[in-house]
Amino acid sequence: MALMTRAGVMLVLLLVVTRAMAVSAIDIRDFKDPVLAERYSDITASLRCPKCDAQAIDSSNSPVAEDMRERVAFLLREGRSDQEILNYMVDRFGEFVLYNPRLDGRTWLLWALPAVLVVVGGLVLAAFVRARKNARVRALSEEERMRLDSLLNRHPKETE
Amino acid sequence: MRRRVLLLLPFLIFLVLGFFLYRGLALDPSARESALLAEKFPSFTLSTLEDPDARIDESLLRGQVSLVNVWASWCPTCKEEMPQLLELSERGVQMVGIDYKDTREHGRQFLEEFGKPFEVNIFDPDGDLGFELGVYGVPETFLVDANGIIRYKHIGYITPDDVEEVMQEVEKWR
Amino acid sequence: MLTLTVPELGLFALLVALGLSLLQATVPLVGAATRRPLWMAFAEPMAWGQFAFLLLAYASLTASFLLDDFSVAYVAKNSNSMLPWYYKFTAVWGSHEGSILLWSLILSGWGFAVSLFSRNLPRDMLARVLGVLGVVSAGFLLFIVATSNPFKRLLPSIPADGADLNPLLQDVGLIIHPPMLYMGYVGFSVVFAFAIAALIEGRLDAAWTRWVRPWTNIAWAFLTVGIALGSWWAYYELGWGGWWFWDPVENSSLLPWLTGTALIHSLAVTEKRGTFKSWTVLLAIITFSLSLLGAFLVRSGVLTSVHSFANDPSRGLFILALLGITVGVSLLIFALRAPRMSASVGFGWLSRDALLLINNILLVTMTVTVLLGTLYPLILDALGLGKISIGAPYFNSLFVPLTVLLCAFMGLGPVARWKQMPGRELFRRLLGAGVAALAIAVTVPFLYGGEWNAAVALGLVIALWVVLALGRDLFGKVHNASSPLAGLRKLSLSYWGMVIGHLGLAVTIVGVTMVSNYAIERNVRLALEERIDLGGYVFTLTELGERRGPNFLADTATIEVTRDGNAVTTLRPEKRLYIARGQPMTDVALYPGLLQDIYVAMGEELNDGSWAMRIQVKPFIRWLWLGALLMASGGVLAVADRRYRRRRSAVTESATFSNEVKA
Repeated sequence: MALMTRAGVMLVLLLVVTRAMAVSAIDIRDFKDPVLAERYSDITASLRCPKCDAQAIDSSNSPVAEDMRERVAFLLREGRSDQEILNYMVDRFGEFVLYNPRLDGRTWLLWALPAVLVVVGGLVLAAFVRARKNARVRALSEEERMRLDSLLNRHPKETE
Repeated sequence: MRRRVLLLLPFLIFLVLGFFLYRGLALDPSARESALLAEKFPSFTLSTLEDPDARIDESLLRGQVSLVNVWASWCPTCKEEMPQLLELSERGVQMVGIDYKDTREHGRQFLEEFGKPFEVNIFDPDGDLGFELGVYGVPETFLVDANGIIRYKHIGYITPDDVEEVMQEVEKWR
Repeated sequence: MLTLTVPELGLFALLVALGLSLLQATVPLVGAATRRPLWMAFAEPMAWGQFAFLLLAYASLTASFLLDDFSVAYVAKNSNSMLPWYYKFTAVWGSHEGSILLWSLILSGWGFAVSLFSRNLPRDMLARVLGVLGVVSAGFLLFIVATSNPFKRLLPSIPADGADLNPLLQDVGLIIHPPMLYMGYVGFSVVFAFAIAALIEGRLDAAWTRWVRPWTNIAWAFLTVGIALGSWWAYYELGWGGWWFWDPVENSSLLPWLTGTALIHSLAVTEKRGTFKSWTVLLAIITFSLSLLGAFLVRSGVLTSVHSFANDPSRGLFILALLGITVGVSLLIFALRAPRMSASVGFGWLSRDALLLINNILLVTMTVTVLLGTLYPLILDALGLGKISIGAPYFNSLFVPLTVLLCAFMGLGPVARWKQMPGRELFRRLLGAGVAALAIAVTVPFLYGGEWNAAVALGLVIALWVVLALGRDLFGKVHNASSPLAGLRKLSLSYWGMVIGHLGLAVTIVGVTMVSNYAIERNVRLALEERIDLGGYVFTLTELGERRGPNFLADTATIEVTRDGNAVTTLRPEKRLYIARGQPMTDVALYPGLLQDIYVAMGEELNDGSWAMRIQVKPFIRWLWLGALLMASGGVLAVADRRYRRRRSAVTESATFSNEVKA
């Protein structure tokens, strides 16, 4: 999934594309260093074209996307870090251009909510399992319960 | 009772979601905010459209409120916008133009034909200043206060209906 | 001239269908509530009539396209006299008005199918199900008539020719993709109708789940195929080579798919164990609600997507009202009428019940993640908190770990028993599968890529774990029988459906893993006779030319592909200019293969007469869609299971015949 690059398309309910993307741009850029080429494609895939509807700059042929690609390449050759380049773009075009939003006061929920759901789900599961255990323990005689306890205590060890 | 509340939860979540979807209908998803509000106008050294040998920089914008309009001769809506810019200029707003990714010849011709609201025209043939300003479509208009701080940005062309709004912003920062 | 009145005929049929749907939405429901057999019996003829008249309306619109009747605004906007006839046929659903008509047609078609295949349903249940379907249908037909009339005329100034169908849609994949997708979206309306009917009636027993399961599986299978077709289409049509972009519109198709998948699994628990009833009903409601939400997002313009319909605020408001009423009312009914919690039977940590619950928790978390990522920018904007974008990096960062977790438990699911299973036994059965999965997954990166790659190993280990655990289970079942053949024969079709469905997911995961990590892509400048080495292949541009298609002009290139001096294939990509719209398009040349695709897209002509080309080698990309097809066939296969074909007498029995799975 990591290679998925841009905002784009599968037409789900049919589209009428008015402005952007009749043809995705084919951007020819030669980096001597393959690492730089890799970083270039990652960065241009994670920056959103401000002019387009929902496209990363790597595939858009709108003029501003071309300028931004040009600038990314320039900054990379200058030796700037990925983060510096992203900040550089945010300073000019706003947070909007980041496809991977920064973690801050307004965005933490994006990561927190899925995490909370998994935890709550785990608790619900535990409740069901407890319910069974209780139901069973209540129905057993003293002797049976002792036997059960010893069985239950044995289990964790065996599965470890 | 607690269980009924729990069962009502999906409905409540849906109400909240529905509220946002309703609000969303009134929003324009293609609107963008400027990253440069309350920031200094970027520094630059460029020539003017009229004079290739002139050298101007951001100090040009100090001392009074100005409207900086990014335009180009190749941009059709810039023509539509000219009457409104002329009106703003007549109403005493200092207008500064940035001729963006253009040639001198075409730029001058454009002004001859459609009017000259600008006191100065910064000539930005490579769009470098435009990039610093986060311009992604022409025309765009920035309001810069007397200290050279960007206070307001209008994306797209200023329609006759927008003139009053722009004037109010100008008055606000005077 | 009869042909002159075709659009009016269509509109008339549409209005009749609307009238019938209004009757279908009221009379049977009232009849069921007041126990009037005659009123209940209204449901079926209304459903048939609605379907027939919508078919007529749809045929009229199609006829207008085939007749090049540009006095119809919708035809003028989406067709052209030069458009090949088969695209005129599919252009009917090429834009908003026609596609919503198709949506309604399919909805009524599902209603018709319910009436055909539910002869053994109790009369009041059938009346309620069709009644609810009538409500939904009436809502959409009102929407069409009020805001999106596809038969509107451009009179008196009739354009000489049409503006043509969007070139992106002039493609084979598009002939089948939208109908498949709509079959899925709309198919969940049947499940939804059953859920509401059950809530009203207070009847949520094993028989109910047995009625619902086939419809769920079929709708889900259609949606799966629809999504896969869309992904396939995007891959070859857009010239980019991507297959999933987390675009809002794609996301809105994924949402009902995820909850639909959860529903399939929770229905299994509800049928076999009689538990999670409320939850299952809620999932059924949510799944269809998300289908409706998708329609809203695409057609209202609240989100920007590369492929939303041309938007109109009044339509947005109408669909939102439709969504609000349908979903709001059904969630209220749910809150008031959901069944009491069944006696808490409980289950052990390693039971199949627990594993299916985990499946649901993870799928719901995934759904919430997609929903959150899709709507969050809108929510922040509505709150005045600024504008942000959420794209692939966010979704991937959450989907990868969630999928890994899902698959980890998915391996255990089929092997585990209901209620309780000793950990020791499970461990003993699956140790081999786990070790083998790990061993193979760790080796493959070295063999295939020549070096260690953790992402590949992770993707493969989860896929192999799912497959090998299934294999172990299958082996166990066959092994215990008197002879292997007898063992195989004993397995039910629903078991095979599960096996193939799970296998499909594993195949897709292998595809995703391989293509994401081993795809090679290069944008090159190619002059005539120039050669490029890429991924072991040599690409030579041997010829440049031009040609004229029915409604476009094209620059063409011929590229010879060789490997070690042996000819592999000749690729002919094109750069087209569609005349009516003046829109350029790239026509990709593909050399598909089970193990890899070679992909060439033509870009712009450069100053020196050479051309920009995008050349890619995409390993295992076909597996993505192959997996999806397997998943869908698994869903369909399970429907063929004997127990869904039992007569009504059998239907009332309690859910005790569940253990055929355990051989």
